[in-house]
Amino acid sequence: MLDLSTMNIGATLPALSLALGACILLIIDLSVPKERKEITLTLSLIGVGVSFVITLLSLGEQGSAFMGMYIADNFTGMVNLIVLAAAFIGLLVAYDYLKRTGMNRGEYYPLLLMTASGAMFMGSAGDLVVLLVALELLSIPLYILSGFRRPDARSEESAMKYFLLGAFSSGFLVYGIALTYGAMGTTNLAEIFARVQAGQNTSPFLLLMGTALLLVGLGFKVAVVPFHLWTPDVYQGAPTPVTAYMSVAAKVGGFAALLRVMTLALPTFALGALPELAPDQTIIIHAAWQDTVAILAALTMILGNFVAVAQRDIKRLLAYSSIAHAGYIMMAVAAAGSFQVTGDDFGAPITSLVIAEEALRGALIYLAAYTFTNIGAFAVGMAVERNDATGTLLDDFAGLGRARPFLAGAMTIFMLSLTGIPLTGGFVGKWFVFFSTMNAGLGLLALIGVLTSVVSAYYYLRVIVKMWLEAGEGEASAPPRLAGAIAFCAVATLIIGVLPTLVTGFADAVTLALVR
Amino acid sequence: MEKNDMLINIVLFSPLVGIALLLIFGRAREERIKWVALVSSLVTLAFSIILLGAFDQSKAGMQLENLGEWFRLGNYTVSYYVGVDGLSVLLVVLTAFIMPLAILFSLYHVKDRVRLYYSFLLLLEFAMIGVFVAQDLFMFYVFWEVSLVPMYFLVGIWGSEQRIYAAVKFFLYTMAGSILMLLAILWMGNHFGTFNVMQIKAAIEAAAGTPEGAFPSAVTELLLFLGFFIAFAIKVPIWPLHSWLPDAHVQAPTAGSVILAGVLLKLGTYGLVRFNLGLFPQMSVTLAPIIGILAIIGIIYGAWVSYAQTDVKKLVAYSSISHLGFVVLGIFALNAAGISGATLQMINHGISTGGLFLVVGMLYERRHTKAIDAFGGVWKALPVFSGLALVITLSSMGLPGLNGFVGEFTILLGTAGSPVLGLGFAFFGTIGVILAAVYLLYMWNKVFMGEYKAPAAAAHGDFALAPATGGGHEGDGEDVHADHGHDDHGHGGENPYPPLMWNEVTALVVVVVAAFVIGLYPRPFFGYMDASTNAAAAELSRYIPNQAASENIQAE
Repeated sequence: MLDLSTMNIGATLPALSLALGACILLIIDLSVPKERKEITLTLSLIGVGVSFVITLLSLGEQGSAFMGMYIADNFTGMVNLIVLAAAFIGLLVAYDYLKRTGMNRGEYYPLLLMTASGAMFMGSAGDLVVLLVALELLSIPLYILSGFRRPDARSEESAMKYFLLGAFSSGFLVYGIALTYGAMGTTNLAEIFARVQAGQNTSPFLLLMGTALLLVGLGFKVAVVPFHLWTPDVYQGAPTPVTAYMSVAAKVGGFAALLRVMTLALPTFALGALPELAPDQTIIIHAAWQDTVAILAALTMILGNFVAVAQRDIKRLLAYSSIAHAGYIMMAVAAAGSFQVTGDDFGAPITSLVIAEEALRGALIYLAAYTFTNIGAFAVGMAVERNDATGTLLDDFAGLGRARPFLAGAMTIFMLSLTGIPLTGGFVGKWFVFFSTMNAGLGLLALIGVLTSVVSAYYYLRVIVKMWLEAGEGEASAPPRLAGAIAFCAVATLIIGVLPTLVTGFADAVTLALVR
Repeated sequence: MEKNDMLINIVLFSPLVGIALLLIFGRAREERIKWVALVSSLVTLAFSIILLGAFDQSKAGMQLENLGEWFRLGNYTVSYYVGVDGLSVLLVVLTAFIMPLAILFSLYHVKDRVRLYYSFLLLLEFAMIGVFVAQDLFMFYVFWEVSLVPMYFLVGIWGSEQRIYAAVKFFLYTMAGSILMLLAILWMGNHFGTFNVMQIKAAIEAAAGTPEGAFPSAVTELLLFLGFFIAFAIKVPIWPLHSWLPDAHVQAPTAGSVILAGVLLKLGTYGLVRFNLGLFPQMSVTLAPIIGILAIIGIIYGAWVSYAQTDVKKLVAYSSISHLGFVVLGIFALNAAGISGATLQMINHGISTGGLFLVVGMLYERRHTKAIDAFGGVWKALPVFSGLALVITLSSMGLPGLNGFVGEFTILLGTAGSPVLGLGFAFFGTIGVILAAVYLLYMWNKVFMGEYKAPAAAAHGDFALAPATGGGHEGDGEDVHADHGHDDHGHGGENPYPPLMWNEVTALVVVVVAAFVIGLYPRPFFGYMDASTNAAAAELSRYIPNQAASENIQAE
């Protein structure tokens, strides 16, 4: 029978408390009058805060819960912190926008909390089944939120598109899980790895197919080419605060799951016997899936950046830019497939996880920087946007530098950070991702990465040009909450850029201890 | 000793303190901003001179260092490592010297978004000093890229009518180059396990004699060399990567051009010496003739195109390409004379061309045109100004007794005696000197001598000789400028050339004095760099086949 003492429920508290909080809030909200929704906002912010504190307190603990289905380690911890930060800012920027556009309905806040807990579960899933459940917990509330501006046709279209394609991609994921189970006889990530290692991979083809389908399912969530087609329409149609939050949370959750599955379950599958090495000889071996991921990363960076150049709408521009950034993070995923093998004194191979860990840390730092930068950029977009959802064209930013220098200044910081200019968080993220890619022996991929980031400079600069160098009305409204959130994002972006220690400190504790 | 340890940090961060003060004082009264900026830049200059005083000329290596951990991840540490050697200390002083001149000129000419303007100038100063003192590859790259941002805004907001095009081109062109350097830096960091330049250099020097060498293969070394070289070549700019420069120069506000020519281009030549020569000596020796040829092409091409210009500012801009060709030629002569001459010429070019841009700026503020044909006989209206301009022109030309001569002469000497370049290169370099005389004297003659030309008509808004003022909303800034010209100088009246203001006279006199000082007594300047350049040249000579062989014979 169930023995609760082996369940170790305490380890899951950060995500669990948030999910529970969301459920309770849903009930409380019923008694909150329509014009006092700031109560719901405040309560949900408190919920995020509580979860944040629990995460901080539990950092450094290494353990699992529900018999290996939930993994609580530093990776989980850092993913949680990023997701919670995204949720906090996402809630803060939403309130005034929802109010002035007449959609201030209370369910917004609990739904957002649920997606956050879904993203957190994705980072901590130790089992493919949990992964699927977490993915749905992340996705379904997001479908609802995308259609929050009902009965606006574009918002409804956005929700419909997102839902249909999302359900379709979940199908791929389920099929991938099934094939993997068929090949390995288990859905537990660590167990899959152990069995591959022990040579029990009875049908490599099934596992390969399973991996490919997992990649498709998760690739859809993080908007990697060629599974990105939904992104621009959904991002444009959804209410801007939803887009801001979704562009970050879904990406963090998706990449956390991807990194977890690829590095924990499938790091070296199909590797076979390691080659004979001379003493002290060092070679780099590559996981079987690395080339595929690298090609996806390259395609994503190229397509995202080049198509973004042609955009005239800030939401679409940021949508393509978020595709491009998925490509950069995908680079780190590819790099996590490289392992350094050194021959010992007798030529016996010793596998080192240094490169993979570096890539893992690089991806997390990138995600942290990207979170503040991207939500911040969307938040400025919200300030410029008018009540009827117009005002999202680049031309609407003209003259912002003169009329609202602080908003324009913050946007400039975000654009420079997305470009990857030093002293901003974006640069630190790019630095580590490129560094691990180079170290993983993927020089060509890194070259594509840096060249496409020159392309990205072009369209990010265009936003800056509009704001500072062209004359215009520069109308914008930034009530205190929104302004505060923008200022917070800008400061966080700069702090990560100037004193990366604050993020690298967390990331440094992330290890691949479970891989043996 | 304790005091000197902090000195370099004070020099580096004082512009940032200036920005903070701007933001604090600027709130109350816009008028104060420019004075705060001027004083801030003078304080930086004072500290940089103290730094020069604390510098020990007899040492070749890094001095006055500061080394600490910035941040780390896994096994890699990025250090906060600043220090100066004979090359960088002079360039730090040059930066601190040019900045007050740029601010001095701007005092009464920049009236739009003043606080932002001076903030960007000081931010630029911070980034440029940072490039010269950073001895960690990560830090170096940070400063290198950050210097793009303020320059982009200076050109983009306060520039002339094509400013947006020029600013974006400048940004993308330079970034495309530096991003390749980023890959090279990352590779170096991984291979050597550190980003500390001095440690990497020591590792490369130690590996020089061994059969494996410092790099896995010659191809790798070539790619790395190119990664750095292309970034620097774009910045210098070396022909054929120069096409951003005329646009940026012509569109930039005067102070922007002064800094661009005065210091920003030297980031490139400095990088060539510090990183290409310092970290890839073997590849430098191998490629020196090719780069020498590019430099020669740059010298002659720049001069030739300069002569064909009808716009004063463009003429000076192209002359930069020619002059920096000399600097590159000197650097890749790979001997002490060449590198010393190149270093001195970096400073000379900063002073002379910076001065020329000031002259052009002052002409423009009076006439609102940069077309050579519009000018003539300025000598009659402004004799003192014309005299100062003549000295600066002559110094740029390389007349003996002025600064340009010393630098060019030493470079040609170094080139002629160089084991990798030789007399042929010096010959073509000399042709460049002659061409410089041709186009600069042609310019001076057309503008300052000859028949006195007043503006064609005095009617309002009739700056017909000016390039078309930007149409529509983009021309806003321009119109403001034009109006102010009217009110302040009575432009429509009988005298289109109002006398120089005190700030303009001061800036020009300082430039002229500097030109004379270096021209007549260059000894102390060489004194600062001798130890460093000798050490660099000695290290390089180990890789030059003939020389190494002859040394072996001598030893036997």
